[in-house]
Amino acid sequence: MICLTDRSHPDELGTPVPPLVSGRWPVESRTSKFPSGIQQKELSMIRVALMGLGKMGLSHCAIINTHPDVELVAVCDTSDYLLSVLGRHTRLKTYRDCHRMLQSETLDAVVIATPSRLHANMVRDALMAGLHVFCEKPFCLDAEEGLQLAELAEQRKRVNQVGYHHRFIATFHEAKRLLEFNVLGKLHHIRAEAHGPVVLKPKGITWRTHKQEGGGCLYDYASHAIDLVNYLVGRPHSVGGTIMNRLYSGDVEDEVYANFFYENGMTGQIAANWSDESERKMLTKVTIWGANGKISADRQDLHVYVRDDSLVPEGVNRGWNARYTTDLTDPVWFYLRGEEYSAQLNHFIEAIKSGRCDTRSTFRSAVETDMVVSALARDNEAIRTETDLGHAPAEEPQGETGLWSAVLRPKQRDASSRSNGAYL
Amino acid sequence: MKQIILGDNQFFGINHMSEEKARAQAIKFQDISAIIEAIDIAYDEGIRVFMCTTHERVSDICDHVRANPERYKDFVFYPCMPYAHKYANAVTEKGMVGALRSFLPEENMISALIGGAMSVARKDIERLGGLLIDAEMKMFRGLQTPVIFLQNVVTDLLLGLGMKDAFVIFSEHVKRRYGAEPGFITMNAPLLLDALEECGIDNPIVCSNVNKIGFRMCGGLERYEAIIATRRFRPIAMSVLASGAIPADEAIAYVCRQPKIESIVFGASSRQNIRQTKQLIDRHAAQAA
Repeated sequence: MICLTDRSHPDELGTPVPPLVSGRWPVESRTSKFPSGIQQKELSMIRVALMGLGKMGLSHCAIINTHPDVELVAVCDTSDYLLSVLGRHTRLKTYRDCHRMLQSETLDAVVIATPSRLHANMVRDALMAGLHVFCEKPFCLDAEEGLQLAELAEQRKRVNQVGYHHRFIATFHEAKRLLEFNVLGKLHHIRAEAHGPVVLKPKGITWRTHKQEGGGCLYDYASHAIDLVNYLVGRPHSVGGTIMNRLYSGDVEDEVYANFFYENGMTGQIAANWSDESERKMLTKVTIWGANGKISADRQDLHVYVRDDSLVPEGVNRGWNARYTTDLTDPVWFYLRGEEYSAQLNHFIEAIKSGRCDTRSTFRSAVETDMVVSALARDNEAIRTETDLGHAPAEEPQGETGLWSAVLRPKQRDASSRSNGAYL
Repeated sequence: MKQIILGDNQFFGINHMSEEKARAQAIKFQDISAIIEAIDIAYDEGIRVFMCTTHERVSDICDHVRANPERYKDFVFYPCMPYAHKYANAVTEKGMVGALRSFLPEENMISALIGGAMSVARKDIERLGGLLIDAEMKMFRGLQTPVIFLQNVVTDLLLGLGMKDAFVIFSEHVKRRYGAEPGFITMNAPLLLDALEECGIDNPIVCSNVNKIGFRMCGGLERYEAIIATRRFRPIAMSVLASGAIPADEAIAYVCRQPKIESIVFGASSRQNIRQTKQLIDRHAAQAA
C-alpha cells in the first residue's frame, strides 16, 4: 500500500457537501451556454497561441480558432510538413520554436498539447511570461514539479486548467452534482473503468509507447479514470494491490488495476485497458455505491438507484432514475468529436474573461491525479502482498472423471480423429 | 415526397444515447448477412439510397451488391469518408505523418514529400487529397455513388482550422474523378455554409443533425431553422430522432415541416422499424405539402 504523502493543500475528499434542502434534479438551461461573443463580439479578443499539433493539438486548434472571443494568433510544432500546410492554407502564423513564439507575439493565453514530458518547462515559461495556461493531461510527469507550477500559477493569479475533459462530460458532471446533493448518503465504494482500442499490435513509434515520455496506459488511459474518481469523491489517502500488465507494448503497461483507500473507510477500484479491441473508442464508466443507493454513469447515460427518496431532492425518485446525454448536455458553439472538448476550452476562456482562477480542472487538481498516478507506479514496483489459497488442490486424475476432462476430452478426441483418422 | 436514406450507424455499434444499445446493435449486426438483410428490407420498402461510412466492413456489402446487380438495380451508395477512427488509431500508433503515409500507395512521390523539410505546394496537397479519396473509394468500384460525402470529423476539423481550400480540393476531385456531387456532413451547419459560400461552392449538399431538441446543432435550433428557410443549399437531415430522445412521430413531423429538406437519413434496423419510419415520413411529408 502506498500513501499519498503530500497533504499540504486542502483536501476536497471526505468532506461531504451538505444536502440542498429544497434541491431539485433540474435540467439546466440549454440556451444560455454559448460564449457571450456569439451574440455580441467582445471588443477585446483573448489572444491565444497553441503549442503542439498532434491529435489533441489539432483538435484544440480547430475548436479554439472558432471561439467568438478568441483570436488564435499562432501555432507551434516541430513538424515542418504540418507547419507548411497550415501556414499556406490557414490564416495561422506558424512557429517551430515556442520560445520565439512567446517572445514575438503579444498573447493572453496558451494551449499546450505537446508530449507530456515537455509540459513542465512550457507551462513554466508561459506562466513566467504572464500568460493563462491550458495544458493537456497528464499535467506533469513529476508531481513535485507539478505542485510548484500550480503554486506559481496561483501566486501569479493566472487561469490554469488541465485537459481532463471527462469533468466536462455532462453525465459525469451530473453525477458530481447529485453527490453534492448527498443523494447516495455516506459513500462506501467507487469503481472507475476506462477501456479502448489504442494499442492492439506489438509496435508503435509515438511517444505514447515510451515510458520516459509519459506514455503507457497509466498516463494515457488510467489517468482519466483516476481524475474522474478524484473529481467525484476526492483523491484517495492511499493505494494498493496495483497490477500493471503488458500485452503488446514493450516499454509500457497496457492495463492497470488498483485499489484506492480513503481515510473515512471508503474504498475504490480502477481498471484501465487501452488494448481492448471490443470497444470502438474509449469507454469510461463509473459506479458509486452509498448507503442510500448507487450512481452509475458512462459518457452517454446516467442511472441512479435510490433507496429512500425522503433524503433526496425533488425530481429524483425511489428506485431507478435514468438520464441521457441528449437531455443533460449543454449545447456548444462548435462541435468536434464531443461537446466536452469545446466545453472545457470555453470554460477556460470564460475564466479568463471573468478573472477567476478556480477552473473545474485546475493544475492543483491535476497534480492530485499525478500524485495518484505516481503512487500507483511506486506501488507496482513494491513487493506485492499476496495470500495463497492454502494447500494446493489435488491434481486432476487422469481417468474419466472431473470437470475439465469432461470439457476437454471431446475436443481432444476430435483432434486425434482428424490427425490420424482412427479414433475408436 | 421526401427522399429517405438508410444510414449505417446502427450497423456499426454507434448510438449517441446509450452504450448498451450500441453494443446490442453491434452484436446483432456482427454478421454481414444481418446487415444485408436490413438493407434488403429497406430496399423492398422502396428505399434506394444507403449512406455509409467507408468502414472496412462496408466493402463486404459492396461485394454483395456487385454480385447481385439485378436485385439491386436502382441501389445507390452515398459514401462518407473517411472512417475517422481508422485514422485516429493510426495517428496514435504512428504519429500524424506516419498515419498519412500509411494510407498512401507505397513509394509514392507524395508519400516521400510528407515529413520532409520542404514547403508543400498547393498541387501537392491536391494530389495528396486525391490519393486519400481514391483509397477510400476503392471498395465502391463499379457501384453507383452519385454523392460522396466528407465525414463530419474531417469537415469540422477543416472548418475549425479554416482550411477552406480543402473543401474545394475535395469537391473538384469527386466531381472530376467520380462524376459525383460533393456532400458535407457537419455538426456546425451555419458556420460551414458561410465557409462553403466563401470558397465558391454553390448550392452545396449539407448533411447535419436536424431535430426539434437542437441536439448537436451548433449555432442553435433557431439559427438552423433560419438557414434552412433562407440559405441556398440542399440540406439532408440526420439524427432526426436525436438517438431516440424524441418520439418518432413528433420527431418526423418536425423535420417534415422544415422547408427545403428533401432527404432524411435514418438508421432503423428491423422490418417493423423501417416500415414504420417510412410510413411516418411519407404521411408527414404529404401533410406538410
